Amino acid sequence: MIPELGHYALVLALFTALVQAGLPLAGAATRNTAWMAVARPASYAQLALILVAYGALTWAHVVSDFSVANVVENSHSLKPMLYKVSGVWGNHEGSMVLWVVMLAAFGAAVAAFGRNLPPTLKARVLSVQAMIAVGFLLFILITSNPFLRVVPAPIDGRDLNPLLQDPGLAFHPPFLYAGYVGFSMAFSFAVAALIEGRVDPAWARWVRPWTLAAWSMLTIGIAMGAWWAYYELGWGGWWYWDPVENASLMPWLAGTALLHSAIVVEKRDALKTWTILLAIITFSLSLMGTFLVRSGILTSVHAFAVDPKRGVFILILLLLATGGSLLLYSLRAPTLKAGGLFAPVSREGALVLNNLLLSTATATVFIGTLYPLFMDILKLGKVSVGAPFFNATFIPLMVPMIAVMVVGPLLAWKRGDLTYALKKLMLAGAVTVAAVLWGVAAHGGPVLALIGIGAAAWAFFGALAEFAERIRLFRGPLSDSLHRARHLPRSAWGMTITHAALGIAIAGMVGTSAWNSEVIRAMKPGDTADIAGFTLTFDSIQQVQGPNWKADQATFTVRRGDAVVTVLEPQRRSYSTRMMSTTEAAIRTTLFSDLYVALGDPDTKTGMWTVRLYHHPLVPWIWAGGVLMALGGLLSLSDRRFRVGAPTRKTAAQKGKAVPAHAHPAE
Amino acid sequence: MRRLIFVVPLLLFAGVGAAFYVGFDRDPQAIPSVLIDKPVPTFALPPLPGQSAGLSSEDLKGDVQLVNVFASWCVPCKLEHPIITRLAREQGVTVRGINYKDKPEDALNWLARNGNPYATIGADADGRAAIDWGVYGVPETFLIDRQGRIRFKQAGPLTPEVVEKQILPLVKELRKG
Repeated sequence: MIPELGHYALVLALFTALVQAGLPLAGAATRNTAWMAVARPASYAQLALILVAYGALTWAHVVSDFSVANVVENSHSLKPMLYKVSGVWGNHEGSMVLWVVMLAAFGAAVAAFGRNLPPTLKARVLSVQAMIAVGFLLFILITSNPFLRVVPAPIDGRDLNPLLQDPGLAFHPPFLYAGYVGFSMAFSFAVAALIEGRVDPAWARWVRPWTLAAWSMLTIGIAMGAWWAYYELGWGGWWYWDPVENASLMPWLAGTALLHSAIVVEKRDALKTWTILLAIITFSLSLMGTFLVRSGILTSVHAFAVDPKRGVFILILLLLATGGSLLLYSLRAPTLKAGGLFAPVSREGALVLNNLLLSTATATVFIGTLYPLFMDILKLGKVSVGAPFFNATFIPLMVPMIAVMVVGPLLAWKRGDLTYALKKLMLAGAVTVAAVLWGVAAHGGPVLALIGIGAAAWAFFGALAEFAERIRLFRGPLSDSLHRARHLPRSAWGMTITHAALGIAIAGMVGTSAWNSEVIRAMKPGDTADIAGFTLTFDSIQQVQGPNWKADQATFTVRRGDAVVTVLEPQRRSYSTRMMSTTEAAIRTTLFSDLYVALGDPDTKTGMWTVRLYHHPLVPWIWAGGVLMALGGLLSLSDRRFRVGAPTRKTAAQKGKAVPAHAHPAE
Repeated sequence: MRRLIFVVPLLLFAGVGAAFYVGFDRDPQAIPSVLIDKPVPTFALPPLPGQSAGLSSEDLKGDVQLVNVFASWCVPCKLEHPIITRLAREQGVTVRGINYKDKPEDALNWLARNGNPYATIGADADGRAAIDWGVYGVPETFLIDRQGRIRFKQAGPLTPEVVEKQILPLVKELRKG
């Protein structure tokens, strides 16, 4: 009964979304306030109905209702409760329901918090948002019904893919989807603005918080995914330039560009058509990610079950959403008024350069990911594009990006003074040189790693230098600086934290890619192995029983010299229902490195176990950097400017013209 | 002129969309094999130690059968193993194995642990025979008709879909003809 209620709620949500997609839009065109006012209750109702559906599906998973096909295929009565709940989104159908939950939640949030939005813009935004919802609800109901029953019901389920039964991955999809779907807000605002034919600083101020929220969520989602790949796949790597990973990286890069170009629209009323285009592209890339993962059009290590019918449906959605909005763009964008002018060396100039580099990087990843497809279609042969391509193209774009990222905030709007900015960065530059010299002394290369360490140090110390400059550190009494720091807008804090965190993350990436060490040995209990100054003794192996798995668990005592450092217990788990085994690596994390032990297959004849040992310097910094970046974004989000509610159009335009005093270095 | 710039994104996207659409007709895993519809290469492989019969081109004539190239060190082989076992035991398809670049004792251990669905296995320790078959990685599976011609090739592990939609219908058809 409950699954049927869920199904019914989804159908109702579809009809609510249909009304929300049409009536407010028509109301905005005819100035009919009653029709426009439908948007708000409709978006609440849509969210409530989709939540009912989601709740019904969760219920079916939690009580292990094996008359529901989705539960049979992805659950097992012995599965731990955490994975019964997270298993709801660990499969195609359920993940799409989560997708529309997020979509409806963002829509309802605009309805609730966007009280200051002009009524026509709000009505149009919510209508566009509802159009996306109509597409995805139809998709779920037609091709991916999660409430399908099976008769007769089997006694037990087929269990969730063991690789997904992991705390890191349990919460990876919600964050990722919150990011993907969050960009729908920027998209809806962009399309609404094109329909209105009006983009101004107030518009940018309304869009920015949503983009920032989506970006922060996506950052956490990507970091969690990389973390999971690192410890669960047992290869010691964390990023493989796999199409599925690239599918999440592309909207992130485009979203980063969007965040920055929206600043220019907000403060300087320039770059308007570009920002609109970026908003469309960012969400389109999110949609494309959803499409690529589910269509089977590219080969990937971790895709969903592939169904061509679904692929065609998402492709149609993508064509309608992206094609439609780009058509609107080609018609309306030329009529938007161009904004303020600026000199090449200025805050705007730096942000334009940042945008160019980020969008080129997005294009690079796009081409690398889809190149095999294009080559194949043009009958030019089968190729695969791997890490060397991405490293050779992506890194050279990121290095200047980081160089500019540090200088940009120290330039004034409109016309900046580069010499002045560089003077302020002398100390950061000196530390950067010192860091590179340290790299040469300690490791002697490779060159790419030295460049990377330089970029990391420059990003981190440059961000600190800019912050010190804002609070006039060491140029007056300390109390004055503290006072300034306290009264800095939170968005300034957020920027400093995020930029510095990027430096931390880069240092982690460099450390683990360039200076890791790896030992693969066949070992039996009693053997020892040395890695990076540690001695590991393989003490014993025993059988461990979990709720739905059995494991061989090894015990390694880690010593440095004679002192025992820690005991590591890696497992090799086998899940009986799916006949799959997973490596549960044991990792000792310190501030500066990871010691990583993964247990491979045993050789039954000799009793030797394949053991892989890795020492990854600085790798925890990648995750820490990722989380800090997202926190910086969320801190900016709590800025008074966004929190108190957006101002009305007129005052916003005036404020937009005023240059904030703290941002002016020549002051 | 300025207006034209704003049409460029739409045009670019149209190209990408068309590529996606055409992309549905192809399989990214499929690697064209020149051996399709050609007779199997001439080869003779010794058995694994302790087993009676190896595998040669003569064995592949007279009945519709599958040849599966596998190795104990190959992880995807383990993944497809239950599927192959089911094909042999439940669908009655003769499956013959080529054990590719493997240590004999490892291969025997692997078969002892995972079960042996193969009618006979040829041990291709140095991978010479596999070169004649055009094998570029393990696992690979070939479907051979009664005349000893290769009719279908799967590079990479067999999946239930491939078995249902391609192999079993083809086996049925070839058995008739």
